[in-house]
Amino acid sequence: MSNDDQPAQDPLIDETQAEQRRSAAARLFDIRRVIGGLFVAYGIIVTLIGIFDSAAEIDKAQGVRINLWAGLVMLVFGLLMLLWQWRRPAEPPSPNEQQPGT
Amino acid sequence: MDGGGLRLNMNGLDYLILALYFVTVLGVGFAARRAIRTSVDFFLSGRSLPAWVTGLAFVSANLGALEIIGMAANGAQYGVMTVHYYWIGAVPAMVFLGIVMMPFYYGSKVRSVPEYLRLRFNRPTHLLNALSFAVAQVLIAGVNLYALALVMQALLGWPLWTAIVVGAAIVLAYITIGGLSGAIYNEVLQFFVILAGLIPVTVIGLVKVGGVNGLMDAVRDSKLGEAGLHAWQDTGSTANPLGAQWLGIVFGLGFVLSFGYWTTNFAEVQRALSAKNMSAARRTPIIAAYPKLFIPLVTVIPGLVALVTVKGLGAESGDLQYNNAIPLLMRDLLPNGVLGVAVTGLLASFMAGMAANVSGFNTVFTYDIWQAYIRRDRPDDYYVRVGRWATVAAVVVGIGTAFIAAGFSNIMNYIQALFSVFNAPLFATFIIGMFWKRMSALAGFWSLLLGTLVSLSLYLLYKGGVIDFNSDLEESFWGAGLAFVTAVVVTATITPLTAPKRDEELRGLVYGMGGVDLKGDVLAGDAVWYRSPVLLGVIAVALAALFYIPVF
Repeated sequence: MSNDDQPAQDPLIDETQAEQRRSAAARLFDIRRVIGGLFVAYGIIVTLIGIFDSAAEIDKAQGVRINLWAGLVMLVFGLLMLLWQWRRPAEPPSPNEQQPGT
Repeated sequence: MDGGGLRLNMNGLDYLILALYFVTVLGVGFAARRAIRTSVDFFLSGRSLPAWVTGLAFVSANLGALEIIGMAANGAQYGVMTVHYYWIGAVPAMVFLGIVMMPFYYGSKVRSVPEYLRLRFNRPTHLLNALSFAVAQVLIAGVNLYALALVMQALLGWPLWTAIVVGAAIVLAYITIGGLSGAIYNEVLQFFVILAGLIPVTVIGLVKVGGVNGLMDAVRDSKLGEAGLHAWQDTGSTANPLGAQWLGIVFGLGFVLSFGYWTTNFAEVQRALSAKNMSAARRTPIIAAYPKLFIPLVTVIPGLVALVTVKGLGAESGDLQYNNAIPLLMRDLLPNGVLGVAVTGLLASFMAGMAANVSGFNTVFTYDIWQAYIRRDRPDDYYVRVGRWATVAAVVVGIGTAFIAAGFSNIMNYIQALFSVFNAPLFATFIIGMFWKRMSALAGFWSLLLGTLVSLSLYLLYKGGVIDFNSDLEESFWGAGLAFVTAVVVTATITPLTAPKRDEELRGLVYGMGGVDLKGDVLAGDAVWYRSPVLLGVIAVALAALFYIPVF
């Protein structure tokens, strides 16, 4: 009854599973840093454009200072992503799947 | 050069925003490279990703060309009824995938959807599905690429072939180098960039028409009229904008088409297989269901705004086709700055769609065709190299099919219909195979083959003018339904005549056979109530039902 919790075995799958001990997936970086970085950059660029928007551009956007607002929202979103990554770093892998040192 | 009417007035800063995005996307691909050592690292991100990442990639993989441009076009053409594609045509199937089917996919450790068929049935079933999936993915990648190039040509004035090659080169680079991690990380990034592009269009559009009330009044005065504001009210007959009865919507769209697409399409399921444990895999499609609930706000609303503000929208050809609803609003409403973000979002959505096809293709090609039938028992590194070459081949062939697509006027509809041809019988074979342990291997093969042939012939007869339907949509409802019924009947007939599979072989693959461990690899944090797949799923479906109330 030892294998009752185990799914059926297959040679091709077992082969790849065995290789997983060598996995380097733990070295994957955290995507929150990239999202945060890009949106902070976009936020700064678009906010600056928004500060210097001319009347024609504001009229085109139906009187909304859309560059200013969108820029500030993107900036705040980017900073929140960075804050989230800083406060809650990625969970370490559980002990039974700990990778050997690289 | 045509398309001058849609040309956007992009300035240097807009191009800076676009360039920054391209550089970031390539950077993500290069940075993901160091996390690749085994084939599972390359094809399934080492099964290491958290649920929010795989969930957003799941929804992003579907936010391709058809989604943004097509759903805004549908919003302008059919009105509020377009929400059926989201609230009944996607959310229930996504939740079902997470709660019911994912334990079998993830728990059995299969590396692809076709591989599940190999274990559950036999090798012929597997090969049939692997080949049809591979062909379909390359064709659809070509269509996505062509659509991307069309938009770049119309909006930015780039020559068609330059746009096709540039788009293909970027997707090729980040998937060949970064593997599935490169694709998935970029999909998450694309998700946010797409939203950042669409939200300003929606907000300014609403301001222009005087808010939600102003929009509703204007739609009542438009050619859609009052019917354009209701999702269910007129579905007792086919006298509504979509031309569909409630029965067809619930069973055709809500059951056969949507379950076929969401639960068996490997380009989607692959995202969940890359999650780090069972709980995260089950939550992947369910987390994706939440953004899916809200996406109509940024597609259907701009479609309606375009309908009431752009004079003459709905022309058969030229700049005023429904498909141009969102580009037209961008041209009319967005000043430089947010305009650059919106163009970037649009291009991101096309690349996301194509990347999903290419990364699904290279995995199925390597594991399910090359390793299973051509070169077995090679070292693991060998298959990573095969995967990289398969990616190159897929993109090159994709460029070829993009130029084929350029020869057709409305290829998007055809591919969509062909897609439903392959997916509906597949779903029937899967769902019976997962719940009825007696179903034999031969029954699996024949139900899949005959189901596909029936819906394919119906489609060809419709195109040949032998059989008549009200619309392409109605044809795909019937084709999918008929394929489903055929697969069920074939299974019921052949199974009693053929030998069943042994119980040990079905462990972890079929309901009630054991071998599925829902709790074995949970992390400490996964036990909290707000990470329960069942609870999250029930809330998503309840929200979908609630959202219908104001637009009943």
